[in-house]
Amino acid sequence: MTWVNAVVQGVLLGGLYALFACGLSLLFGVMRIINLAHGDLAVLGAFLIWQISTSFGLSPFVALIPALVVMLALGYVLQKTMLTRSLRGGPLIPLLATFGLSIVIQNGLLQVFSADVRSLGGQAGPIAHASWTITDQLSIPVLGVVVLATAVAVLGGLQLVLRRTGIGREMRATAQDADTAGLVGVPSSSVYARATAIAIATATLAGMFLALRSTFSAASGPTQLIFAFEAVVIGGLGSLWGTLGGGIVLGVAQTVGAQFDPQWSILAGHLVFLLILATPRGRSLDLGGVRA
Amino acid sequence: MSTTQRTQAPATGGGYRVRRSSLTSWLGSLGFLVILVVLAFVPIAFVPVVIQQTTSFLILVILASMWNALAGYGGLVSVGQQAYIGFGAYAVIFLTQRDVEPYLSIVIAALASGVLALVVSPLLLRLRGGVFAIATWVVAETIGLIILMQSSLGGGTGVSLRALNVYAVADRRAYTYWITLAFTVVLLGAVLLLLRRRTGAALQAIRDDEDAAASAGVRTRPLKLILFVLAGVGCGAAGALTLANTLFIQPQSIFGVQYTAFMIFMVLVGGLGSFEGPILGALVFFVAQNEFADLGAWYLIGLGLVAIGFALFLPRGLWSLVGDRLPDPLLPIGYRLRSGKS
Repeated sequence: MTWVNAVVQGVLLGGLYALFACGLSLLFGVMRIINLAHGDLAVLGAFLIWQISTSFGLSPFVALIPALVVMLALGYVLQKTMLTRSLRGGPLIPLLATFGLSIVIQNGLLQVFSADVRSLGGQAGPIAHASWTITDQLSIPVLGVVVLATAVAVLGGLQLVLRRTGIGREMRATAQDADTAGLVGVPSSSVYARATAIAIATATLAGMFLALRSTFSAASGPTQLIFAFEAVVIGGLGSLWGTLGGGIVLGVAQTVGAQFDPQWSILAGHLVFLLILATPRGRSLDLGGVRA
Repeated sequence: MSTTQRTQAPATGGGYRVRRSSLTSWLGSLGFLVILVVLAFVPIAFVPVVIQQTTSFLILVILASMWNALAGYGGLVSVGQQAYIGFGAYAVIFLTQRDVEPYLSIVIAALASGVLALVVSPLLLRLRGGVFAIATWVVAETIGLIILMQSSLGGGTGVSLRALNVYAVADRRAYTYWITLAFTVVLLGAVLLLLRRRTGAALQAIRDDEDAAASAGVRTRPLKLILFVLAGVGCGAAGALTLANTLFIQPQSIFGVQYTAFMIFMVLVGGLGSFEGPILGALVFFVAQNEFADLGAWYLIGLGLVAIGFALFLPRGLWSLVGDRLPDPLLPIGYRLRSGKS
């Protein structure tokens, strides 16, 4: 039964990874940028929520709303000052610039909030620790289910927007060929701005859930970036539902690995990722870095 | 160094000569040689702290040149070169535990890191751009985690290099310095050789546009493999030499992504895709580290901001300001067409 429990926990954990991965996947799909600061932006969002929540005594779920506003404004500034400009510099520059941004955010957080490990679990009230007990060894945490449901809703909503709405059509067109889309009246800059906004918003949401279910610190970003990226690759680039599946595979690999030995948890996830890279699906990633 | 070839130019009918060397490259080469000779005498002429600092500086030069070889010429932005840095350092620990002579261990460790790069290359080299970047990072994390679990290698608490204690402190410092200098010369010499020979034109074509280079008949994969393995050897050597210089390592720091941050900073500031740029970048970083490292997080924020600034506004780095004003590269790697009649 402990194995069943491990798988269940892994599936729920996968929801969190899918939520982290969704913004990364979208930016890659639309702008062909791998945002190396994605994890750090999520952690920045978590710190904002923590700050608002402790300063005003608000529930993290309420604090999420002002935090989202701040994060979206930041995303707008980043988009205007950095991302668009870096896109013009060729394929290497966005990587280098977002890596620099990641260093700046991490150390900025370290400077302001110190290296202490924090959690939002306390502020959230009973929901953070409540669970449904099925048997002695199998219990389902309420928060985990909320995270997974949110991930399904966000990915499903995004899928719907991309497939069915005018905004989605514009995004798909820009992803395929930004210049041609521009010729028929779809300016890439506004499409990129929307994609960045969605990526930042989902990253903030993921950051909040990370902070609710476990702990976070200024140095948490890179690990989350790696997990998000692994989820994207395991699930197949460019497929949103695949990302959910990838997140779940990664989550299950980690929790099942931890059953053998807690040290094996993260390693098992990495090994599954490398295994996928070695398969034909991994080989199809040849196209991964093709410029738009 | 003054190879000349004669070609016939059909349009004018006159002879043209392709010259590989020029006054600039002769003076430049001479300058590099003089610096090298001076560097060779550092352990004899200076106090211990200078020797140790110069060793650290040379390690930075190796790291910057290796990262530049990957990103500047191969278009491969690696965020995971710490895999080889850490592997090289721990290979020295592993070998000296088995009574291999410590300095020989450093050489073997560097070569073993190259073998590691060769082993993971089929997995990584078919990837490009950001996907390649993070995949290299995952490889580094994986190797770091595996080594962290080995209690015989000290586990998470770290491990000291005791084998070097057989040498007197002053001797050890000098030997470590000289072997670092030797590695610097060999590794940078290898990069130079790649640039000077036929591969140089191909590498610069890949640097400018990989797809265009491939369609013009450049076989990109073997060249990228050479760069990747060379960078593996170089970073492995840098890790092993760091251990010999500091005598203690911890998996969290030697496998830390901060090495990538430093390499990116050095190469971006110095000059991406030039031979001289990374050396200049290493010098800037070395000075910055000594001046500002006490500031802690602010120092790193500054590094990040400067790197972003260079990436966005001066992607070819400080060297482009100097190099573009010179008639030729400082070392004889260019081609120059001259009228043969003169």
